[in-house]
Amino acid sequence: MKQPFERIVQAHGLSVLRVCRALLDEHRAQDAWSETFLSALKAYPELDEEANVQAWLVRIAHRRAIDELRRHKPELSQAEVEPPKRVSTETSAEDHVANLELWQAVKLLPEKQRLVVAYRYLGGLSYAQIAEILSGSADAARRASADGIKNLRTHLSQDQLPGGDR
Amino acid sequence: MNTQTPDSNPTSSEAQLLGELHTRLERSAGERQLIDIAYRVVDSPIGRLLMACTEVGLVRVAFESEGHESILDILSDKVGARILRAPAKLDNAAWQLEEYFAGERQEFEVPLDLRLSTEFRRQVQLELSQIGYGETWSYARMAERLGKPKAVRAVGSACATNPLPIVLPCHRVLRTDGSLGGYLGGLQTKTYLLRMENPDRSEDAPVLF
Repeated sequence: MKQPFERIVQAHGLSVLRVCRALLDEHRAQDAWSETFLSALKAYPELDEEANVQAWLVRIAHRRAIDELRRHKPELSQAEVEPPKRVSTETSAEDHVANLELWQAVKLLPEKQRLVVAYRYLGGLSYAQIAEILSGSADAARRASADGIKNLRTHLSQDQLPGGDR
Repeated sequence: MNTQTPDSNPTSSEAQLLGELHTRLERSAGERQLIDIAYRVVDSPIGRLLMACTEVGLVRVAFESEGHESILDILSDKVGARILRAPAKLDNAAWQLEEYFAGERQEFEVPLDLRLSTEFRRQVQLELSQIGYGETWSYARMAERLGKPKAVRAVGSACATNPLPIVLPCHRVLRTDGSLGGYLGGLQTKTYLLRMENPDRSEDAPVLF
């Protein structure tokens, strides 16, 4: 039996949003999120019951994001990727600034590295799943991820980087 | 930090944005007729009620005791998995329910979808709307009304499987001896509804027909 679609939105909405935000500017990231879930809803009846839902959603988001990136070559200036100022008074805000800075820095990476790092660390996909989406090999995805993380070091201090299998 | 994915809890700004995006999704999915079932949960004096509708009309009202998530699973199986929490689609029905519990409404005027019921049960369930506010009928009288006086038992199970309790008032059907019979929402709920509709009602008033 297929679970109600609403549960999928609740379980995966956040990570899809983070992936979209790492790839696109804010406005287009929100559009990409909306289009991803709308296409997913449309295609949901045909989805295999055994399918990995997270990977399926990231694949849809990927198509949207690539369309957008091809349509308007991102001309991200340094100003646009300036980390958000710590003006918030929310108690939890500080903990999240590190993450926000990280996502902004991800946008500065070359496209392939950007995609792999976003799908791996924000989307939680395996290199095998990423390879499927990018039609490459898992090894190539792993290398792109390692290069991406290496590049991120030039933008961020060590402790803000994701750990994991480099 | 050695996690492979960042904090799985949203920040408050992410949570707010996800709320806005969800509303946007409800709207565009509705416009494109991509929703099999829209639902919302409303508070009521008898607990939280799940209300679900299709494009045709209200398809299910469920008591908290039934387990809203498992009801959604059943709907996913029987109607379709494209289920979305879309409160706006149920504004009218929710408002009427609120009026009912405030004592300001005696009957419901919403389109119904009885696709979850078999033909005979559907007939019985529709007949329920003939029982006036504050009145009670016996299962036997229901059976007679439907021209099947021997089908008392079947009428009983049709009432017991009413997918639209309150809106189709199965709580107004009692045993011939005046005892409550059953109720999916529990006998306490049945008593509450009957008392609310008719405060003069005594506990075991016999039903004449």
